[in-house]
Amino acid sequence: MIDKFDILTSTAVPLNIENIDTDQIIPARFLKTTHKEGLGSNLFYDWRYDWEGHPQSGFVLNDGKYKGSILIAGKNFGCGSSREHAAWAIRDAGFKAVVSSHFADIFRNNALNNGLLPVQISEPFLAGLFKQTEAFPETLLTINLEKQTICYENETETFDLNPYKKECLLKGFDDIDYVLSIREKIQAFEEQR
Amino acid sequence: MKTLFDKIWEAHVVDAIAGGACVLYIDRQYIHEVTSPQAFEGLRKRGIKVFRPDQTTASPDHNIPTIHQHLPAQDPLSREQLSTLEKNCAEQGIRIFKVGSSRNGIVHVVGPETGLTQPGMTIVCGDSHTSTHGALGCIAFGIGTSEVEMVLASQCVLQIRPKTMRINIEGELKENVCAKDIILYIISRLGTDGGTGHFIEFAGSAIRSLSMEARMTICNMSIEMGARGGMIAPDEKTFAYLKGREYAPQGIAWKKALEKWKQLYSDPDAVFDKEVNFRAEDIEPMITYGTNPGMGIKINGTIPRPEEIAPSSRLSFWKALKYMNFQAGDRMEGKKIDYVFVGSCTNGRIEDLRAFANYVKGKKKAPHITAWIVPGSKQVEKQAIEEGIRDTLEAAGFELRQPGCSACLAMNEDKIPEGKYCVATSNRNFEGRQGPGARTLLAGPLAAAATAIHGVITYPDLSPAPSEF
Repeated sequence: MIDKFDILTSTAVPLNIENIDTDQIIPARFLKTTHKEGLGSNLFYDWRYDWEGHPQSGFVLNDGKYKGSILIAGKNFGCGSSREHAAWAIRDAGFKAVVSSHFADIFRNNALNNGLLPVQISEPFLAGLFKQTEAFPETLLTINLEKQTICYENETETFDLNPYKKECLLKGFDDIDYVLSIREKIQAFEEQR
Repeated sequence: MKTLFDKIWEAHVVDAIAGGACVLYIDRQYIHEVTSPQAFEGLRKRGIKVFRPDQTTASPDHNIPTIHQHLPAQDPLSREQLSTLEKNCAEQGIRIFKVGSSRNGIVHVVGPETGLTQPGMTIVCGDSHTSTHGALGCIAFGIGTSEVEMVLASQCVLQIRPKTMRINIEGELKENVCAKDIILYIISRLGTDGGTGHFIEFAGSAIRSLSMEARMTICNMSIEMGARGGMIAPDEKTFAYLKGREYAPQGIAWKKALEKWKQLYSDPDAVFDKEVNFRAEDIEPMITYGTNPGMGIKINGTIPRPEEIAPSSRLSFWKALKYMNFQAGDRMEGKKIDYVFVGSCTNGRIEDLRAFANYVKGKKKAPHITAWIVPGSKQVEKQAIEEGIRDTLEAAGFELRQPGCSACLAMNEDKIPEGKYCVATSNRNFEGRQGPGARTLLAGPLAAAATAIHGVITYPDLSPAPSEF
């Protein structure tokens, strides 16, 4: 089971950088764990902290102005390594949705499998969203999964999502529950090959 | 009227769900110590066993040391991950190639060389470079840990069918252009998201002319342009490569397999969602200057000026140059380098070591260069020793280490120090990829060799050197 997702209203953290790879989201040296929990404190570690482990001023997650459970990022978010630790770390840090104009495929799957909603929007909408949230951190965004809309102030855009994946998120089902439910069909497939 | 991808995909669909989502049957899964423990933990929580343990193979590779492999890994966390993998495999009856054993190595080097990877198969691994296996004409792609658990639980993975793309390269390659240069060139043209949502077939006379090892290098880096995977239609070279390998079919089974494999090509009238053409003659030895694999230029070229970069990418461009401490318009040749890393699932195969050794033969490593030459597997290591490559390397001042992922992602002790420059034959030049603050320049084994000898970025000239006297 994954956490259900329906409507999320929150302020957002704008991270206006393109091509954020999973090595930045969670550097490889933090992958030496055999559990999914506790990765949030190392999220964006090398951007967040300096050599002595002190927070780097100027990085958005260290700026008290920006809070919320929605992360906004530049295009091609989550490229690179398939490490699901990236999705776990983002979830563990309290985010429930990531908004970008483009997601890397493996990251998108990993996010969906962990109840983290990837909201893919157009470049102009993203540009407007950055402008608004950077200048007015108190701006509230609403993501409505059922209607597949994201809105702030008077701006609204719809986003695409695979209907099966949408159903899973709305109901909190995971893919493993589904494949386990069709094991007989899988066995029959093996036999007729 | 079908593409190679369509043929293999359609033969593996168990169940089609809404919106193009499919339950896809998986012939082989490879696992390693970093992305599998949580999957086994998940199975335990669900109270279920691995469904088809004989279709999964484990090879620890990410964390393992590349010297003194007979001793336990120094870092206790690495040790814990390695022992967890062994324990999980023992518990579930999964084949494991343990550290130091004759078949151990990087999963993407081991799969093809043991013959476990075969044409027409569907192959997954919790590692994005699983695309490597596509070089043998199969659908191979990286997955996350939840999906590793799914495959362990059901031998299937739920996927949305990707679009198809074909990249054709026609013509004759220059002699000093290697597979790495081809793929870096393609990514520099198409961008790090140029293949997102697509599965790529590489085709054309230049691709067909390549060895199996070179094809693996190309497919390996498909993920660096965002593609789900890369593949190359199997041909006589593929069959010759596989014949006689330990897990390849033998006898009658080989003949039957061959008949099936010969049907694996894109039909002449097959239509791809996207098609791109390049000319082999345009490709030069390449190197990257920035912090993603798309930031590649020819070695004897100059770093672009901002006006040559798309406005939306300029912020990333400046950020990359700042990290690398390079200036727009700089020449790459002649820049001082501190480290050279040869290895990884991209360029850690025997052919890469041969190319490197041939270049450095009779020359001496520049004194200030620290070089790590890391074979991709125990078999590659063995072959390198048998062929005299190790002796050549040692005579030139290099050392052949033991196999593993090593400095490609620096999970073990092989880390590039902060601020240092490393010419690496691996696949990613992301910030901190080779260690916090490390500066990575991606290149092929020839450029790495030329740089290791001269101590500065050097164009790999294969013409006979003029006499020094």
